Amino acid sequence: MKYLRTLLAALCLAWATTGLAGMEEFDFSGNVDEDRYKELIAEIRCLVCQNQSLADSDAELAHDLRKEVYDLMQTGQDNGQIVDFMVARYGDFVLYNPPVKPSTYLLWYGPFVLLAIGILFLIRTVRQRTRQSETGFSDQEQARLKAVLGKEADEDT
Amino acid sequence: MPRFIRYLAPLALFLALAGLLYKGLSLDPRKVPSPLIDKPAPAFSLKRLKQPEATLGTEDMKGKVSLFNVWATWCVACRSEHPVLMQLAESGKVAIYGLNYKDDRAEAKRWLLRYGDPYLANAFDADGRVGIDWGVYGTPETFIVDQQGVIRHKHIGPLTQEVVRDEILPLVEKLEATSG
Repeated sequence: MKYLRTLLAALCLAWATTGLAGMEEFDFSGNVDEDRYKELIAEIRCLVCQNQSLADSDAELAHDLRKEVYDLMQTGQDNGQIVDFMVARYGDFVLYNPPVKPSTYLLWYGPFVLLAIGILFLIRTVRQRTRQSETGFSDQEQARLKAVLGKEADEDT
Repeated sequence: MPRFIRYLAPLALFLALAGLLYKGLSLDPRKVPSPLIDKPAPAFSLKRLKQPEATLGTEDMKGKVSLFNVWATWCVACRSEHPVLMQLAESGKVAIYGLNYKDDRAEAKRWLLRYGDPYLANAFDADGRVGIDWGVYGTPETFIVDQQGVIRHKHIGPLTQEVVRDEILPLVEKLEATSG
């Protein structure tokens, strides 16, 4: 039991250090707000290791860009200006939250279009089923029934 | 007719989606389109690699179509594209400039002595600041800059004979024809 607890503690500690890998130390005592800095580097993508943000990445370029973000903040630039700086150099791809514009319409609205098509089909199917269940006959069967019944009615007279 | 459509619509939808996804398979996610295409090349002026007393900058590239190649000695793929650059330099069809990116000056000079120097001149970008301005994220990268100093093309990854023949040279010829 004691052994298990030690192992668990060791695992937790090992895990905790992974988040700190390769992060450089910046001085946040000046005019650079640490929370704002962390927010910014979390929403900018590292182009070398594309599924990581600047905050997660240990790539050489991510180091340089983190420093760039820090330097820009130190010169008093706001978030919008810093994001524009990155987009001007690396394109919209650096943003985890791409802007809505004609080239990204498919990305933003495509899923909703698919959802709408799905809902339309669902409504149609449900309607057909309910109509069918009212009489127990499908449209075709009903038509045939009508034809047969009509013929019989004719024969009767 | 409606029945006909009812059966074909899902098939058409499926084919459209499959086509889209198939196209996605053939795209290389590492090749991010540069927002700098058709924009003036980011201005810089850096010390040259071989003659640190002189500078190389955007101004030096104006007046002719230039190929601007970003490379480093620590970059493995740069080694594989080097012979292609050498051959292109020998043909004299385009002015080749280099950006020696985050490298060691002595090592870079040694590299050029050993494998040959295809560059008219190299800018020495020790801290990678100019690289950031040019949107460099993976060496080697190659830009084509026209006579007015506007970026016309970017190739990410090593140049090959095919890339030079099919992409680079036709573009260089076209640009040279437009205004000399």
